[in-house]
Amino acid sequence: MDFAVAQWLAEPGLNHFLIVSALLFSLGLMAVLSKKNVIMVLMGVELILNSANINFIAFSRFTELSLEGHMIGLFVVIIAAAEAAVALAIVLNMYNRFRTIHLEDIFTLKG
Amino acid sequence: MEFTTLLFYLFSVVTLGAAAVMVFSKNIVHSAFALMFSLIGVAALYVLLYADFMAATQLLVYVGGILILFLFGVMLTSQGNTLDFKNVTVNIVPATLLSLSAAVLLILVFLQTDWVISEQPQPSETVHDLGMLLMGDYILPFISVGVLLLIAIIGAILMSTRLTEKQAGGN
Repeated sequence: MDFAVAQWLAEPGLNHFLIVSALLFSLGLMAVLSKKNVIMVLMGVELILNSANINFIAFSRFTELSLEGHMIGLFVVIIAAAEAAVALAIVLNMYNRFRTIHLEDIFTLKG
Repeated sequence: MEFTTLLFYLFSVVTLGAAAVMVFSKNIVHSAFALMFSLIGVAALYVLLYADFMAATQLLVYVGGILILFLFGVMLTSQGNTLDFKNVTVNIVPATLLSLSAAVLLILVFLQTDWVISEQPQPSETVHDLGMLLMGDYILPFISVGVLLLIAIIGAILMSTRLTEKQAGGN
């Protein structure tokens, strides 16, 4: 039993990377759910995107998905960059209008 | 124990520990710097998975681009001339419960699924093959994502310049 566990720990395979990505996802979810600051929420979204990317690359290393996984990960990175730029511009507009970036204080639909 | 195994555990601990510091830190600037270490750890994990081009892209785009953007956002939205950037945490109990249950469920699903593992022949570098794929099978998504980036740039510039004009007009 102990020998099997030690053997499993000594050889990082697909499952090890998947567990790392699951933990990273839960940390990102924690940041998204529990923070008042919009910028912290955006950082949590970046963590979630990174965990999904680790999954794609791990599957492309260990399964039939060879280089296609790298392509999907590349497009995820590109779209994350576009998302971050537009989201930061929206946050700056929001700060200019409401003078706050706390999510609880922003509830006006038609400004 | 092999050297790559040690490297895997080292970079996993760096990634997850820095992410935990990011989530639980009281200071938002500390959070941004912890996010940098977490992203560097993810890039190192990509290197361990033989994805050299993805690792370089991760370093250039995330650490060099998105993180600087976040730091600018923190600077431009800080209230007054305060030095402490408060980072308030709300809903701590339901958020902890939800994220813990998400982690447990995901790990259970990952461990119980019987993945079809096939040992791929690992190329020494992936840049050539990725370039051939981008210019071949993936030419339509490649061009579409270029248009998307252009639209994102124009939209961000439009919003920011409208902001400064309104400020100048108001004052």
